[in-house]
Amino acid sequence: MMKKVNIGILGVQGDVEEHVASIKSAFHEITIDGIVSVIKYPEEIDSINGLIIPGGESTSIGKLSNVSDFHSSIKKKITQGMPVLGTCAGLIFLSNQIVQNSSNTSQKLLGSLDIETERNAFGRQHESFQSEFPIPKFGLDKFTGVFIRAPRIRSIGSNVEILAKLNDEIVAVKQGNIIGTCFHPELSNTVIFHKYLIELVRETL
Amino acid sequence: MISLVGPQNPLLSRKHSDNLNSQTGTILLKRGFAHMLKHGVIMDVTDVNQAQIAEEAGAVAVMVLDKLPVEVRQSGGVARTAGMKIIKDVVNSVSIPVMAKCRIGHISEAIILENSGVDMIDESEVLTPADESSHIWKWDFTTPFVDGAKDLGQALRRIEEGASMMRTKGEPGTGNVVEAVRHMRAINQDIAKISYFYQKQDKQELFRISKELNTSYELVAETGRLGKLPVVNFAAGGITTPADAALMMKLGCDGVFVGSGIYKSSDPLERASAIVLATTFYDKVDVVAEAQEMIDEKKSMVGLGDNLDFKMQDRGI
Repeated sequence: MMKKVNIGILGVQGDVEEHVASIKSAFHEITIDGIVSVIKYPEEIDSINGLIIPGGESTSIGKLSNVSDFHSSIKKKITQGMPVLGTCAGLIFLSNQIVQNSSNTSQKLLGSLDIETERNAFGRQHESFQSEFPIPKFGLDKFTGVFIRAPRIRSIGSNVEILAKLNDEIVAVKQGNIIGTCFHPELSNTVIFHKYLIELVRETL
Repeated sequence: MISLVGPQNPLLSRKHSDNLNSQTGTILLKRGFAHMLKHGVIMDVTDVNQAQIAEEAGAVAVMVLDKLPVEVRQSGGVARTAGMKIIKDVVNSVSIPVMAKCRIGHISEAIILENSGVDMIDESEVLTPADESSHIWKWDFTTPFVDGAKDLGQALRRIEEGASMMRTKGEPGTGNVVEAVRHMRAINQDIAKISYFYQKQDKQELFRISKELNTSYELVAETGRLGKLPVVNFAAGGITTPADAALMMKLGCDGVFVGSGIYKSSDPLERASAIVLATTFYDKVDVVAEAQEMIDEKKSMVGLGDNLDFKMQDRGI
């Protein structure tokens, strides 16, 4: 019997419940019987076969997710091939480099994704925006991206695939089993990124 | 995934300064901003040093005030929005979101705050109200607002006026969590009642409740459908220890505000970090216990009991 898809949402801070709801809708749309759970503790990572790191404050998520050396077990699972989706703060947390601003406190990163990010680089909440752009990989002409104090991707490694661009800006990337977005797919009216994560998980089972 | 019930006027949003295909200030962006703060702690600060301590401790945002609520109580007089210089200094010194308070109904203070670049405005009963008959019509702003409530009627009226986030009023500056608990319980009980009638599809009863609460039928029905407020709801007013924060999370809050509790203690950095830990891991006994051990009860603010002559929670309608 095939193993069930079991997606964990890193639940220490941020819009965790929105990802849970998106994954449930995605299971429903592709009619599979999967499991979604909120994970906050290292012992919970063994049971999952896919992970989402939500939006929130990347400094808080980085700090709170490292209780009992949780970072190294997350990183190990990603290195072993577990599919992961990082949105906004989750993208920053996955990245291996961050542009240092004078106001930044030292920030913990997983470093699994070979990109350089810059926090809040589109501006403060006043400049938060929603915009439509195509996602050729998913055959979509128009996807509404929701960018809230969003990070910018400043550079990408040679093994990183570009999934979406807004004008000249790279706003979604993929590197093997890792997907990262500058925007919040969990706040859009389609769950296409969540379905894609589930598809990647199914390939590993 | 975010409730979008409300007067959706496209004129309220703006085009983004560098991108013609983008919109800013929409209901989704305003409410969505508050959703990113969930499970987190927002800390009151009065200077750059306190803001940096808050960020270091893992706060999801800071709230800039001229005086902490307990100082407002002690000094008396009129409490107004913080000075522009201190707000700008804090904005430039931390990378987490910065909020500031304006007086209830003080549209001009709100406009000034929107211009200063803060990420959210708190229309707060901690400051002296400017208007006794009306709160701010918050749909006129592209900056999101948070408002206080002590019952469901107040919460839904503020959401009707455009608040993107709610918090309990509690009783600020007392170090006493009892009022925040009272307000959270009152809101939860009324939501449970509405959910019951929504599930029965008893629309006449939902309509009766909307008249009783002085709010719209749509908002009452939406609350019944969701089984919670249509916007993020934090606890505030009197939270002082990690155990207080965990208690409020157990009652179903989405996160907590801590005001005087941190910087009126004599162990602010440890206490701030401990409250952040207890808020996230409120459901795990040993982490809350560990957080509580990080603080010293002898260093907690002394606080005020329940014989108060003056209650900030009675401000606002």
